[in-house]
Amino acid sequence: MRFRAKIVDLACLNHFSRIINTIAKLAKTCILRLTVCKLYFILSDKVANGGASMWCELSQGNFFDEFQMEGVAAEHNEIYLELMPENLSRALKTSQSAKAVKIKLTNKHCPCLRVAVELPSLSSSSRIVTHDIPVGVIPRRMWNDFREPSVPDFDVSIYLPVLKTMKSVVERMKNLSNFIVIEANLNGEMNLKIETDLVSVTTHFKDLGNPPWASEDGCQSSAQGRDLESMAEACIDIKKLQQLLAGQQVNPTKALCNIVRKRIVHFILLQEEVSLQYFIPAIA
Amino acid sequence: LSRIGDELYLEPTESGLSLRAVNSSRSGFASFLFAPLFFQLYEPGSAGPETELFRCKVHMKSFLGIFRSLPSLEKSVGKCLILLKPRASRLVLQLHCKHGVTKTHNLAFQECERLQAVFDTRSCASHLCAPARVLAEAVVHFPLTLAEVTLRTGPGGKISLRNYVEDEAEPSKMMVTELWLAEDEFQSVAVVPGSHITFCLKEFRGLLSFAEASNLPLTIHFDEPGRPVIFTLDDTVLEVHLVLATLSDLQSDSQSPSTNGVSHLPAPSDDFADDLESYMVAMETGEGGSERPPSPTFPLRTPRPAESEPEEEEEEGAVPGTPPHKKFRSLFFGSVMTPGRPGLATTQEVLAEDSEGE
Repeated sequence: MRFRAKIVDLACLNHFSRIINTIAKLAKTCILRLTVCKLYFILSDKVANGGASMWCELSQGNFFDEFQMEGVAAEHNEIYLELMPENLSRALKTSQSAKAVKIKLTNKHCPCLRVAVELPSLSSSSRIVTHDIPVGVIPRRMWNDFREPSVPDFDVSIYLPVLKTMKSVVERMKNLSNFIVIEANLNGEMNLKIETDLVSVTTHFKDLGNPPWASEDGCQSSAQGRDLESMAEACIDIKKLQQLLAGQQVNPTKALCNIVRKRIVHFILLQEEVSLQYFIPAIA
Repeated sequence: LSRIGDELYLEPTESGLSLRAVNSSRSGFASFLFAPLFFQLYEPGSAGPETELFRCKVHMKSFLGIFRSLPSLEKSVGKCLILLKPRASRLVLQLHCKHGVTKTHNLAFQECERLQAVFDTRSCASHLCAPARVLAEAVVHFPLTLAEVTLRTGPGGKISLRNYVEDEAEPSKMMVTELWLAEDEFQSVAVVPGSHITFCLKEFRGLLSFAEASNLPLTIHFDEPGRPVIFTLDDTVLEVHLVLATLSDLQSDSQSPSTNGVSHLPAPSDDFADDLESYMVAMETGEGGSERPPSPTFPLRTPRPAESEPEEEEEEGAVPGTPPHKKFRSLFFGSVMTPGRPGLATTQEVLAEDSEGE
């Protein structure tokens, strides 16, 4: 089991760091899955995570100049590691002017991801900073716990409003309530609602648009007698929503959510090189 | 200095005004000596054959509050006058500002003994000198919350800084960051190969920001683990010393027997012996005896047993906050000094008897 990778381009490094920062905001501990072509950051929906789960997928070719991976076995050419993304975020934070960043899986006293940053210096040799991030190796028999979640059978799918706006609305609402109701319909309308003993606040968004999902029989799901105006709602933990929005440092190309009435809200944020899915269960 | 301690010690000397601070666990000491040339006018006062130059300490926050906003100070203040008025028990800071405005601050002070850590850079085996910028760029890789850092001399003459992970913490859970600097990043390197010391990063950062702002090279003098590390900055009109205790190696039991008890850094570690203690000539010791002048002003102290427990600032007995100096005095008139303290009792004048009796 071997892994070595190198980033030389500053823009790629910057982008990669921002993705890690986003992940760090969503999960204290998560799984890093390495395959020949992709990296995945996975948070499974265990009770410990408050039921929220995450699936983030990156194409390694978009970030790394060198990427060599040898999995646990030839027919299972993958590596699953458990780590704290905050550590990776910190390691990359001060490397923004680096000449190169190398990441390597090592096992000195314990398995670690060693991030070696080569920094420019006025002297003849570069400065090297190494960060040894402790990781846990996930055995093959547990890999099934971390499969890609399927898209739920949603009632409504809708594009999100401009994330910056949504973020500032949710942040203010967070001061008033621990839960937020997110509801939307197939007419491009979404409401964010909070309700407490003293106050209820609703923010209305319209003309958001609904993404076209091809259903199995080939028809658009918006047909077949669905009431366009009827709202599907779910009440979720506002902190989780706020964390998701706070982590977005760049506007994704596509941002949408799928609501399963009273069950779960599935957020999808897509960019060219990376996709992030975040599932927040509804509070009963 | 405020990063080290809560009290600012002012000591005028013939060679300049010395500002000092010590931290509560006595594991960190800093002094800034401003030469007379630094000032437009410098009058340390006159020391007679029996009196020493007056010295005092004030609350750090009170002092700093006067210089709160540096940018606006630079624009509006023409001159600053610092005046010690022992009889009025006030340290006067007067800011002469534009448009004829004068702001006068009267700070209450407490008298104190000389605060001096005993250290000698010449007795250190290793010395490193680097521009402050290089060191500042080095520590930026460590989180602000990191308590201790280890400085090591490594192969090829390289110098490394690494975050110190306490043994109690699970080593498999802690991220370890290490930075390597090449020898030629330093202005001078004279070190014992394979040596290392661990010291408090937080207190060092304070000095580092100062050094960076003043663009001065910083020299690090160190020796074996357990012996204090000394950071110095030198300028024509300013001499700065920061002395920090270092972690001694687990194996070493040879702590200085004269250590006045054990103090610890805020991040406690059982094997941490504050060897700085043995180097500190604390206020209460050493300077006592017959040299002490009988002074009409009552030195402020709490009675301490001769064999000490962890050093505590004598002002522990003082009423915290801003007690009027007089009120504090009245608590101590006729107070009992420990009999184990030779010389002091005999030289104290009891100015007012305790009305309640012993």
